[in-house]
Amino acid sequence: MTDTVHTDAAQVAHDDHADHDDHGLSDLGYVKVAIFLAAITAIEVALSYMVDDLGALFLPLLLGLMLLKFFMVVLYFMHLKFDNKLFSLLFYIGLGLAVGVYLAALFTFRFFS
Amino acid sequence: MTDVAVHTTAHDDHGDHAGHHTSTGLSNNKLGMWMFLGSECLLFGGLISTYMLYRGRTAGESGPDQLWDIPFTSASSFVLLMSSLTMVLAVSAAKRKDDRNTNLWLCVTALLGSLFVAGQVYEFTTFYREGVGYTTSLFSSSFYTLTGFHGVHVSVGLILLLATVGMIVKNRVPGDKAEVVELVGLYWHFVDIVWILIFTLVYLIPT
Repeated sequence: MTDTVHTDAAQVAHDDHADHDDHGLSDLGYVKVAIFLAAITAIEVALSYMVDDLGALFLPLLLGLMLLKFFMVVLYFMHLKFDNKLFSLLFYIGLGLAVGVYLAALFTFRFFS
Repeated sequence: MTDVAVHTTAHDDHGDHAGHHTSTGLSNNKLGMWMFLGSECLLFGGLISTYMLYRGRTAGESGPDQLWDIPFTSASSFVLLMSSLTMVLAVSAAKRKDDRNTNLWLCVTALLGSLFVAGQVYEFTTFYREGVGYTTSLFSSSFYTLTGFHGVHVSVGLILLLATVGMIVKNRVPGDKAEVVELVGLYWHFVDIVWILIFTLVYLIPT
């Protein structure tokens, strides 16, 4: 009986482990993502000292790097890449609504002109 | 003894898969958290937009370009970014049912979060001493409101982290332990992604 219990417990643990392998990166994978994010942050800071040199390229570059960092965290650390699509839908609806509403507000106040 | 072990295993198994008994087959707690985070986008979107509109509206006091200490804020940002790593390692340990490492990483995350909040308090104090109070100008009001709201969110996250550690130590986590840690993690990562936006839009882009 005791053996059976151990077997059951091991099976549950095994199933659980297998499940979570499919639902995210390994710990080393997370460390690699964090190093990548830190490197992008360093590049962003370096770019902020090169405003005059970069000219018109400065803003698109900085915003691109910001979005890259944003989505790296959302997709890998928050597991949206591996989770059910309904979670993504709920988050992106809120995000899309916020971006749309506030872009419209900024255009109304002639922020971009 | 054997009966107790069998019962415990069955209970844990049930707890792990509680989400699969809902009408969507997903955890309602997790759905609720994602919906909450989606709504938080609207709150921070409003605060960021307001700051962008008013960042040039100073009243003779130092403006953003004179106030910011980019190396200091970059270090703060790095600390918060690394707290996201320790948080995801806590979630990973919780999924392996490794309570010791879960608590360790949650405590490291709380420590890094505390460092970030301390940095923000230092920054606010420095700005105040330079004559930039909350009601000095539209720029200062919108800046303090945006970064203050973010700081409050980090502080709430710290309370959640420490409460989770306490519940794990006392073995009083309601439901699935891994899911509780994951929900706290989602909130913490959200606070981090909001700072990713604030750091670039507020600090790195010149007025």
